[in-house]
Amino acid sequence: MDLQTTIYLFVGLSFALYIGIAVWARAGSTSEFYAAGGNVHPVMNGMATAADWMSAASFISMAGLIANMGYGGGLFLMGWTGGYVLLAMLLAPYLRKFGKFTVPQFIGDRFYSKSASTVAVVCLLTASLTYIIGQMTGVGVAFSRFLGVSSEVGIYVGMAIVFAYAVFGGMKGITYTQVAQYIVLIVAYTVPAVFISLQLTGNAIPQLGLGSGFSGTDMTLLAKLDLVVTDLGFGQYTTTTAGSTLNMFMYTLSLMIGTAGLPHVIMRFFTVPSVKDARSSAGWALVFIAILYTTAPAVAAMAKLNLHATVNTAVKAGGDLYAPEASIKNEDRPDWMKRWEKTGLLKFEDKNGDGRIQYYNDASKNAAATAKAAAAGWKGNELTVNPDIIVLANPEIALLPNWVIALVAAGGLAAALSTAAGLLMAISSAVSHDLVKNIFIPGISEKGELMAGKISMAVAIVVAGYLGLNPPGFAAGTVALAFGIAASSLFPAIMMGIFSKKMNKEGAIAGMLAGLFITLFYVFAHKGIFFIKGTDFLPMIGGANSFFGITPEAFGAVGAMVNFVVAFLVDKVTKEPPAHIQAMVEAVRIPRGSSAVTGGH
Amino acid sequence: MKEDLSSHAYWKATLGLLTKIMIIWFLVSFGAGILFVDLFNKIQLGGYPLGFWFAHQGSIYIFIVLIFYYAKKMNDLDRQFDVHED
Repeated sequence: MDLQTTIYLFVGLSFALYIGIAVWARAGSTSEFYAAGGNVHPVMNGMATAADWMSAASFISMAGLIANMGYGGGLFLMGWTGGYVLLAMLLAPYLRKFGKFTVPQFIGDRFYSKSASTVAVVCLLTASLTYIIGQMTGVGVAFSRFLGVSSEVGIYVGMAIVFAYAVFGGMKGITYTQVAQYIVLIVAYTVPAVFISLQLTGNAIPQLGLGSGFSGTDMTLLAKLDLVVTDLGFGQYTTTTAGSTLNMFMYTLSLMIGTAGLPHVIMRFFTVPSVKDARSSAGWALVFIAILYTTAPAVAAMAKLNLHATVNTAVKAGGDLYAPEASIKNEDRPDWMKRWEKTGLLKFEDKNGDGRIQYYNDASKNAAATAKAAAAGWKGNELTVNPDIIVLANPEIALLPNWVIALVAAGGLAAALSTAAGLLMAISSAVSHDLVKNIFIPGISEKGELMAGKISMAVAIVVAGYLGLNPPGFAAGTVALAFGIAASSLFPAIMMGIFSKKMNKEGAIAGMLAGLFITLFYVFAHKGIFFIKGTDFLPMIGGANSFFGITPEAFGAVGAMVNFVVAFLVDKVTKEPPAHIQAMVEAVRIPRGSSAVTGGH
Repeated sequence: MKEDLSSHAYWKATLGLLTKIMIIWFLVSFGAGILFVDLFNKIQLGGYPLGFWFAHQGSIYIFIVLIFYYAKKMNDLDRQFDVHED
């Protein structure tokens, strides 16, 4: 069977599975629609959370980013996993005890204020909508690359699939589909990694392979990689940091707090039967996430070494990387390179006209490397590689059979679809439950609310699809914004609502607004007001990264601190919350008396 | 002396547990993985420099252990203070 047919077969089978689950798991009540009936087993919920969490970016782009960044890429690994420790201990069990459907509902009730709830809804919608744009473009890209259809067709098909199981199944349909999607994506990610690890190190477990010897040499894989990349003028793989140490610290912290504050992740913990299950479910989620997140750095380092070894024979054989015959001849390059050249993700340009491919860092600060390149007659780097290739072309680089490539296609689509569905759920519940029911039509019947939920889900899919088809110019900056908002507004507000009995509505609202404002201010200063080109105002804040060299992506943690400080100052000068609210906080803190999640008041 | 089983004591015990776990959470990621990474890199763990291992592998494994340890300890606390569910 040829490659294209195999891919269609694998993707088709996986879609049939999702639709089958959707038919089986239709939602008949608001409790099933918002919280999957509140009886999902913690291990199942962990898997669904993992699929919800790991997006197209985690699946396709992360390993490539780490390959480029080296040690500094660890900020994604630590940041996107460390947040689960915060979530498990600081938020999940208490929100489960509180027993309501949505994050804004907790904030509204705890701070006895519809304004607080509305601020939370706005934060939630902005964070989720910006996040979903990336997912929809991811769906389009994955379809177009693997199925040979245009990106637009890909987005339409993706919308139809998500529509089928999200609108009819609600949280119940989404949860069980996500379990299936998790299995598809994790198999797709680990199978090529195991093969590549075996080839390079003889160790079948990538996590151990990364710390093993490089087959055919007496060096470890990482030492060899360090040697090769520094000799070619790149930064040393195991030590190159992301900006300054302070920036790496803040970036990691921002991702952790942001992860814990993202509503589509938090709401997954409303679906388990008890407080006890909420605690362990976060652990299971992290186990399932960690399988991918500990494999990713191995994929990154191995694919990077493999790539260098492919274009420079001296990497494997030893000897001078700058020797003329070490660089492979253009016409000898493997077939997979030719295939990816067609997509434009891999480019070769023979700058010095010697018919061979030289891949090195031509902007190196390493004088020795620059001198060697000049002496060898190299006239600039001749190979440009899009980081996304690292995962997508991995099976081809390792010369794996067609079914593995097809599996990766199905896995990438599973990752994008599952995250998109989770975000749509967060958006539709905020609209139907927090806006329609709690603010506009308080007397709405359960049936009416269920219908409102389905309608807002359908509208959200159309809006997300439209934004995916016409990505606003700011698509690249949006994930930073989603995390920044979650970290600077939602996380501190929820945490103070649980851990401070005396925090009042004035403090919480002022804190949320201050955290949000300062974060948006810093991000917009770098990327333009609402990401409109030409409206950035860097000179006003004293140049790029002017706040102690912190990049806008790493600013969420600063926003969170501002939120905490402002909230406590305002809280001190305003009157304390009423007695029944303080009693409610006391009740939220102990597990006894937890009940099924409901939307009632 | 009788053991204090008030909700105040339960909350105090909870916060004590959280503090302990957060310290380890901080030390393995921000400590070993970022602030003192150069120091830890002087030690080798198999083929890994130790600081790099913490940043790319170790902290994630320890996070998992921390959450399950937390879940177990909290269940024990719930029973000890008689606030467990069902």
